[in-house]
Amino acid sequence: MEQLFFYIFAFAAVISAILVISVRNPVHSAFFLIVTFMQVAAIFILLRSPFLAAVQVFVYVGAVMVLFLFAVLVLDMGKETMKEHLHGQSIPAGVMAVILFLLMCYMVVKGRIVANPGSYGEAALVNNTEVIGRELYTRFIYPFEIVSLILLVALVGAIALVMQSKGKEQGK
Amino acid sequence: MPDTATILTVIAIVVKVVIATMVIFSLPLPLTWIERKVAGHIQVRLGPWRVGPHGLLQPVADTIKLLFKEDIVPAKADKFLFWLAPLMAMVPAFAVFAAIPIGDTVMVPIINQEIALYIADMNVGILYILAIGGLGIYGIILGGWASNSKYALLGGLRSSAQMISYEIAISFAAIGVVMMSNSLSLVEIVRSQNHGIFSWNFFYLPVGPVWFAIFFIGSLAEINRIPFDLPEDEGTLSSGYITEYSGMKFSFFMLAEYVAMVSVSILAVIMFFGGWNSPFPFTIGLPSILADLLALIWFFGKVCFFIYLFMWLRFTLPRYRYDHLMVIGWKILIPLSLVTLLVTGFMRIIG
Repeated sequence: MEQLFFYIFAFAAVISAILVISVRNPVHSAFFLIVTFMQVAAIFILLRSPFLAAVQVFVYVGAVMVLFLFAVLVLDMGKETMKEHLHGQSIPAGVMAVILFLLMCYMVVKGRIVANPGSYGEAALVNNTEVIGRELYTRFIYPFEIVSLILLVALVGAIALVMQSKGKEQGK
Repeated sequence: MPDTATILTVIAIVVKVVIATMVIFSLPLPLTWIERKVAGHIQVRLGPWRVGPHGLLQPVADTIKLLFKEDIVPAKADKFLFWLAPLMAMVPAFAVFAAIPIGDTVMVPIINQEIALYIADMNVGILYILAIGGLGIYGIILGGWASNSKYALLGGLRSSAQMISYEIAISFAAIGVVMMSNSLSLVEIVRSQNHGIFSWNFFYLPVGPVWFAIFFIGSLAEINRIPFDLPEDEGTLSSGYITEYSGMKFSFFMLAEYVAMVSVSILAVIMFFGGWNSPFPFTIGLPSILADLLALIWFFGKVCFFIYLFMWLRFTLPRYRYDHLMVIGWKILIPLSLVTLLVTGFMRIIG
């Protein structure tokens, strides 16, 4: 039963991911990206990770994609932007894609990509909000703090960039 | 073959889902009537009066009108998204109710079965509701874009910026509630407030009322009600994102808006006003069936008050200007919620 659901979600995720990069209209692309994120969230639930699933929907679908759409809607989309192709990058890009695909096939077949539940049983995993919180603030406190710092730097950087261009406009 | 108990659970879930969907689908009928009556009486007039006694059949007449109206699709619209957008607005509004409890488990006397008055008690309930509730915005953004009209597009743009700004404040309010109640599950949040009126999160002084104010203002903006209904500001945008919609598709947007109003009222009651708990700290020895009934009455009474509050505000307050809306979101609500978060944290450590 669970396998059946997994295949439904996985199939939908792959199809919509292909559509993201193959449709010409950026708004349609964004829409299919939303669909992909939703399917991945569903797979998180099958993996006994409701917290990750909810956060995935909340952050990626609820916030990131709204910002994405906002930017896409504000952009002036002429016909030519929709017809833009890869310029001379198609051959290296294709080679890289094939290498990545083969690498991932190798890892999956060899069983190198496994998420080890560690010392937590099924029951603890269902209540995994507490587990994630405890692990993040004890065992993984340094990576967690470093990630927060990087995000803060990115935030300050974004604001600095905006302020710079604003200053130039006023200078004119 | 699964055993009888599993089959019974599945049947119970299906029945609950069907009942919930049907009730929610028919909710806008009384709500539109009440809203127009409230509007009428606030503006010293009668409101709907002609169709049926006191205009009671007015919503039915309106529904028939909407169903049989010509469904106009603009020639240059993006057909696919134009068709999908009303559904994208409506489905999340309904999906939210999967996690919303209206009561604790009750013993039903005739069939002698314990029935839970919620569809799913998720251990990430409050996160689920915030996440799914936020998805309704795509109906507005994509509908506005797909209409291929500048008013609709501007409505969609305003909506996305507004949603991003206020979603942050609402999430902070939810974090505050989680800190006060020590759980992400809505049923647990209500159970933590069962010692009378002063155990309600609203009376977790001094931060409770502040959290409630942040949540209330944020959700007013999130469900696009006056004074924050800039996406459909008829003064400047004709009707904003719904300008090009008519007939059934229009009614889907309206349905989504009313359902969102109900779910926000229920959330306010659950998160801050003790859910189905009575305000008295003592219990009188009632038979269990009467006690359950009383809990339901408390719950729906509180919810009705909030629905009325939303309507009352709509016909009392003027609309904000768009830049003011952004200032309130970013420069008042978010800093305020950060400070309140800090205070709540200290109170939890000390208390």
